Amino acid sequence: MSDVCASHVPAAARTAQAAPILPLSVRDLALRFDGATVLDGLSFDLSATGCTMVMGPNGAGKSLLLKLLHGLIRPTAGTIAWGSHDPSAVTARHALVFQKPVLLRRSVAANIDFVLKARGKDARRRDRLLDHVGLGHKARQPARLLSGGEAQRLALARALATDPEVLFLDEPTASLDPASVLAIEAIVAEARNRGVRIVFVTHDTGQARRMADDVLFLQGGRVAEHSRAADFFPAPRSQAARDYLDGRIVV
Amino acid sequence: MQFKTIGAATLATLLAGAAWAQDQSIIVQSTTSTANSGLYDHLLPIFQEETGIQVNVVAVGTGQAIKNAENCDGDVLLVHAKPSEEAFVEAGYGTSRTDLMYNDFVIVGPEADPAGVSGMTDVQGALARIADQGALFASRGDDSGTHKKEVSLWTDAGVDPAAGSGDWYRETGSGMGATLNAGIGMGAYVMTDRATWISFDNKQDYTIAVEGDEDMFNQYGVIPVSPEHCPSVNAEAAQTFADWLVSGAGQEAIAAYTVADQQLFFPNAPAQ
Amino acid sequence: MMDALGLAVQLVLSGDPDLLEIVLLSLRVSLTATVVACLIGLPLGALVAVGRFTGRNAVLIVMNALMGLPPVVVGLLVYLHLSRSGPLGFLGLLYTPTAMIIAQTILIAPIVAALSRQVIEDLHAEYAEQFRSLCLTKLQTVQALLWDARYSLLTVGLAGFGRAVAEVGAVIIVGGNIDHLTRVMTTAIALETSKGDLGLALALGIILLVIALGVNAAVQSVRMTAVRQAYV
Repeated sequence: MSDVCASHVPAAARTAQAAPILPLSVRDLALRFDGATVLDGLSFDLSATGCTMVMGPNGAGKSLLLKLLHGLIRPTAGTIAWGSHDPSAVTARHALVFQKPVLLRRSVAANIDFVLKARGKDARRRDRLLDHVGLGHKARQPARLLSGGEAQRLALARALATDPEVLFLDEPTASLDPASVLAIEAIVAEARNRGVRIVFVTHDTGQARRMADDVLFLQGGRVAEHSRAADFFPAPRSQAARDYLDGRIVV
Repeated sequence: MQFKTIGAATLATLLAGAAWAQDQSIIVQSTTSTANSGLYDHLLPIFQEETGIQVNVVAVGTGQAIKNAENCDGDVLLVHAKPSEEAFVEAGYGTSRTDLMYNDFVIVGPEADPAGVSGMTDVQGALARIADQGALFASRGDDSGTHKKEVSLWTDAGVDPAAGSGDWYRETGSGMGATLNAGIGMGAYVMTDRATWISFDNKQDYTIAVEGDEDMFNQYGVIPVSPEHCPSVNAEAAQTFADWLVSGAGQEAIAAYTVADQQLFFPNAPAQ
Repeated sequence: MMDALGLAVQLVLSGDPDLLEIVLLSLRVSLTATVVACLIGLPLGALVAVGRFTGRNAVLIVMNALMGLPPVVVGLLVYLHLSRSGPLGFLGLLYTPTAMIIAQTILIAPIVAALSRQVIEDLHAEYAEQFRSLCLTKLQTVQALLWDARYSLLTVGLAGFGRAVAEVGAVIIVGGNIDHLTRVMTTAIALETSKGDLGLALALGIILLVIALGVNAAVQSVRMTAVRQAYV
């Protein structure tokens, strides 16, 4: 899969040659596994800045959409255009935080060191990154003994260590306590304000309200609606989104 | 980083392993009886004291010792199968063969003496009776000097033990000690050289049943491996060792070696 | 049996230099073979674990089958190569500890490769997607997997060491069981058995067992520390 990361080159060289990857344009995107259609004819555009909250019931295809956009899997049909690039060519310019953080069997600090070294980044940034997510005092502890909230903050610090232009988050705060949720939201908001494009999957309506610039609502493998946050929450256009926000069963 | 350190240390160990191969050492491809009886532990310190030559002994059956020497994996051959030894020299693998010493073979058996051969001095008769009775007999079956001798004795006795193979005739395919252990374990008669028997520690109720036949004579010979066939041999040290063994000093040292007050090997090298 | 135990204790307490020499050579040969087998087997196992290539299944089958290599066959093959009349005879390695290390390395490298392949494949299942997201190269992936599986791989190495230190078939052929040069625990046990000195043979066996227990206990305690830190 090393061809997936064709743009994996030192930061300086990359910046010089890099064509912009935003805005994003998705047209007629489809994904089928063994004849089952998982995503069907998605078309939408993402602007160059801001935070898009991806919502929808379980099974709507949210996580798979993130992986398609990130270039981890290939679509069955349709196009994903990051500027003029294919997703697989720009994976290294994104970062993805998974719902369940996959941490290395090493210390907290070593988890960051590993990524900085692998991606040719300045190793001295580690302490700043850890302080930034509030883990500076835990640098020497085993990463896999962190609490759920701490582990996710470490995963976030690791994602930020790669200097991503786009940050995908796949339900990063599911099963975390409210304080941890707010801590992570603050870090993500800060990244957004620095110009990192955020694409954030959540089931938490309150979180979506707090974070969203726009909302992409999926249902049954299709885009039910894509609206500005200011329009979506007071008056969703789609029946599916209305039912979802009102707490009715949506499949 | 750690990997490099480990790699370097490993390499060093490997190289150090090769460094032992100093000039003043030779390898003797030897039959087991001389090694297992402790003869070398007695002889080699004396020899090394006199000459400074380190002697390393590889103790295997005579058949394998000869094969190894043919492959140039030894500097001196010390075994006990005269026809094979002469063929070895004839083929150009060795420089010359010299009689070194002798002892004799004996047949050991359990106290119960199932074939009734205890006390016999006629080895062919004893073997014929063992075969006749179908009493268990454990053979080396490994092409060693002892095995070759045993096969020739069966032939002289007019018995083809192969017919009883797996039945009363049990071929272990192992060394003398292993065959004694196996034979004693199953209550079988075993033919062994006397030196191995005297120094063998697991005799249980076994005693010598048959001895004293002049056909049981066991001659050892020494042969330096030929540098023409094997340019890698340490010919000078090998010759020094062979010469010392057959010299007055070497022969005296052999005669002086005893276990349980019994002399195990009788020097009989031709006078120098 | 009790006599042998008593003899074993007596041998150890007496600090017999010959015994010490044999024990140290056993450890040196088998530990070196284990390290070399790991240097070969771990990357190989990791590459097969991570790689997707044609013939991968065939490689797996061969690797697993080689785990069952009989020591005496390995000894014979190494003898034929290192013999003065063999292709590598000019090296003069036959009947040296190096020859024994080579034979044991060949014996246990497939074990290390096959077992580490399994360990690393399991870990890779957990890490693969995250690593692809981070755009790691194949080399970086393999290095990270090897390092993160280090405590499990320690057990793999131990399995290799156990087989190496316990085998007699290979080292007796290529080492020759030469006193003060290539005599190790197992060949000494074989020798004493053939001399009918079963008590001494058993006593040496008990000492070998105790060494094996000690090495295992040491590795286990390292592992326990790692488990407490969730590094396993």
